[in-house]
Amino acid sequence: MLHLMQRMANAAPRPSRRSFLKLSAGAAGGLLIGVKLPGSLAQAAEGAASDQMFTPFVRITPDNLVTVLNKHLDMGQGNATGLATLVAEELDASTEQMRAEFAPADNAKYQNLLFGVQGTGGSTAIANSFEQYRKAGATARAMLVAAAAEAWGVAASEISVKAGTLSHPSGKSATFGEMAEAAAALDVPGDVTLKTPDQWVYIGKGFPRLDVANKTVGAPNTYGMDVQRDDQLVAVLTRPRAFGATVASLNADEARKVAGVVDVIDVPGHGVAVLATSTWPAIKAQGLLEIEWDESKAETRSSDALFDEYRTLAQAEGPVFRHDGDAAAQLEGAANVVEETFEFPYLAHGMMEPMVLTIHVEGDRATLWYPAQFQTVDQATAASVLGIPQENVAINTLYGGGSFGRRTSFDAKHIVEAASIAKIWGKSQPIKLVYTREDDTRAGYYRPMGVHKVRVGLDADGNLVGWHHRIVQQSLMSGTAFESFAVKDGIDSTSVEGVEDFSYAVSAFHGELHSPKVGVPVLWWRSVGHTQTAYVVETMIDRAAEAAGADPVAFRRAHLTRKTGSDAHDADNARKLGVLDKVVEMSGWSEGAPEGRFRGVAVHKSFNSYVAEVAEVSRRDDGTFKVEKVWCAVDCGVAVNPDNVKAQMEGGIGYGLGAILFDEITLTDGHVDQENFDTYRPLRMEDMPAVEVEVIASAAAPTGAGEPGTPPIGPAVANAIRAATGSVPSVLPLSKAGLA
Amino acid sequence: MIRLNVNGEDREVDVDPETPLLWVLRDELQLTGTKYGCGIAACGACTVQMDGFPTRSCQTRVSDVEGAKITTIEGVDGKAASAVQAAWRELDVPQCGYCQSGQILAATALLAETPKPSDDDIDAAMSGNVCRCATYHRIRAAIHRASETMEG
Repeated sequence: MLHLMQRMANAAPRPSRRSFLKLSAGAAGGLLIGVKLPGSLAQAAEGAASDQMFTPFVRITPDNLVTVLNKHLDMGQGNATGLATLVAEELDASTEQMRAEFAPADNAKYQNLLFGVQGTGGSTAIANSFEQYRKAGATARAMLVAAAAEAWGVAASEISVKAGTLSHPSGKSATFGEMAEAAAALDVPGDVTLKTPDQWVYIGKGFPRLDVANKTVGAPNTYGMDVQRDDQLVAVLTRPRAFGATVASLNADEARKVAGVVDVIDVPGHGVAVLATSTWPAIKAQGLLEIEWDESKAETRSSDALFDEYRTLAQAEGPVFRHDGDAAAQLEGAANVVEETFEFPYLAHGMMEPMVLTIHVEGDRATLWYPAQFQTVDQATAASVLGIPQENVAINTLYGGGSFGRRTSFDAKHIVEAASIAKIWGKSQPIKLVYTREDDTRAGYYRPMGVHKVRVGLDADGNLVGWHHRIVQQSLMSGTAFESFAVKDGIDSTSVEGVEDFSYAVSAFHGELHSPKVGVPVLWWRSVGHTQTAYVVETMIDRAAEAAGADPVAFRRAHLTRKTGSDAHDADNARKLGVLDKVVEMSGWSEGAPEGRFRGVAVHKSFNSYVAEVAEVSRRDDGTFKVEKVWCAVDCGVAVNPDNVKAQMEGGIGYGLGAILFDEITLTDGHVDQENFDTYRPLRMEDMPAVEVEVIASAAAPTGAGEPGTPPIGPAVANAIRAATGSVPSVLPLSKAGLA
Repeated sequence: MIRLNVNGEDREVDVDPETPLLWVLRDELQLTGTKYGCGIAACGACTVQMDGFPTRSCQTRVSDVEGAKITTIEGVDGKAASAVQAAWRELDVPQCGYCQSGQILAATALLAETPKPSDDDIDAAMSGNVCRCATYHRIRAAIHRASETMEG
């Protein structure tokens, strides 16, 4: 996904110049600070600044509250607080006065600077906002100071600001709220100087999460599922059991008899929707529908059959994603060759809040309420289905009850479904499309299944000399609007990320990718390609270390220390070494595992961050393993909120661990076998290891935190199991082989 | 009409008696703090307390709870609840937060019964409550923290 973003960033027109502007904060009064859109300099000079050309990031009101408009979706990763921290830092605000709100959908104003469209993903929220939101805070501060200077008749340079209070040595002081109106009347400074890191009071220190209080009292209107509009109908949509099937016949007689059911409608291409006055009648009626499906054009292969096809493909040559030196010759002449074939299942995201979306169409306007993660695509999609202008689609973003990638899909299927239902229903009435857990689990958009076939050669001294890596995996991007950004010469960058930048010193590397077409919709799943590639690379490195008779850490150190011939890889390796050495120190690796415990290590780069993890496991009497403890070291550049980075590592570890231990989506004749948390087993309290995280101090620009904790946990656990059993599990999940 | 006592108030609802308590709370009484996660009592997001005991409201028919005292996240209070909610805030437990109403009601019921729970007690009491953000590490720490607060 990283490559996708880089290409999108290169392709997207980016504003070359941004100047900050202020507007009156409307009825509430006070100061509104943001950037002016490019191309409107002339208008600004004429004093014609208007809402249309103004991008508000910060609002300071006379009640002394500072509200930050978050252009991203917060689905648990904490960016609402992260962006508020950036503003509060430059503003010298107090933590208590900070608030966060989600910005509306408006690509020109609120685009992700790394994507070129408005959206959240790829662990970019902080990385792409770091300068933008600090500048907004610094501009607001300068204006408040200027207003105080004018009011008090003193020099601005004599005024200090601390924890939300402006003060002067003469004893005069004021709150931001008291100066907000006066500040709004002043000119915006042309440029502002940002603090240097040694001046930071919040960044890198700590900041309380702004959403936690609401989330501990069950506050209303927090999540998409909480939306209750007047006169609202609830829609529950029954989708085909096989992807691509259509309705052959429908008997809704019994469903229609359920009290509260308003109608049952055929939604061509999507299924059958029950519309009811509240949720339960819709769910109950769904269970009474009698639908026969036409599966003649559907994907009806079973996952076992797909794996057979993938294993066969893995024997054949495919498009090359990297070729350095002659890996075949190196393997031919190697003193030792280690080889393995890995199998990864489809995975569902399984976020706690199933997919949900409320839409209200009124004439040529539509309003949506939901956790919006891909505003620009969603907005365009709703407009296209409804046949209305894109700017007539308003999006109200609510907190997401998790996402892990699920709430951004290339085709915005959930938007299409809701808009189609609203269009067919025809009445101007809010419709809330609710996915049941079963709907959510079976709806597709899975992490792709995959097969990796790898051969690794070592010389007589135990040095890596050849690496041959072949991947068979369905493309995320082919056939989507994003294909031109992410697929080059048959290579989908999301299939090979995490191995295409393989950086251990090796004489020759050769990588190939097959991208078979399958009718199951696939999507990014927390850390995208990295859950497979990190697992394969890091378990193979352990196997190579074993073949070389070396300790797994010593072997890694040796191959990370040696010059690779690539400056980029050498730079990666220096930071990988940093986190590796830290986790070795934290875990006391050199002293070995305690009696009855076994340890494994893994280190991986994803989303420009570097994470190393050590997992310690024990074996139960029934042969299954329990993960007892995980140590984690992360280098993500400047950690804006270190405790939140730790929380993301803890959560990323738990999320990855549940999948590695228990989870797979399987198909029988094209029908998804899993339905709910009874058959798609989530990690539970009793399965969660103790986790210790250290964040490496860094002055580098901030990089991702939401995803990079996930990739290393699989191989770290697998390597610990190898330490116990002598073999690395190559088929996931571990429960399939009785290991979990 | 079905008569309920929710958060100390008597309420009447006119619904199909089979309706799960969860949907009565959310759709009829506008108490949306109680969450839908699975509908089969497998995730605990819908946890409420019935006469003090943690109960999965998605698998509880509304007609079966007449006469019981139902407590939801909006109404939970007392020493254990205050300690739990304070500890949750102090340790920044929630990430997405969607499961946390259920977690807090389960933790409160645990501490009311067992003021000084061991890790095994926590595993036993809390393993029915799923958190897909995997905040378990902090939930455990916050329960211990709340236990200390209650003692002090």
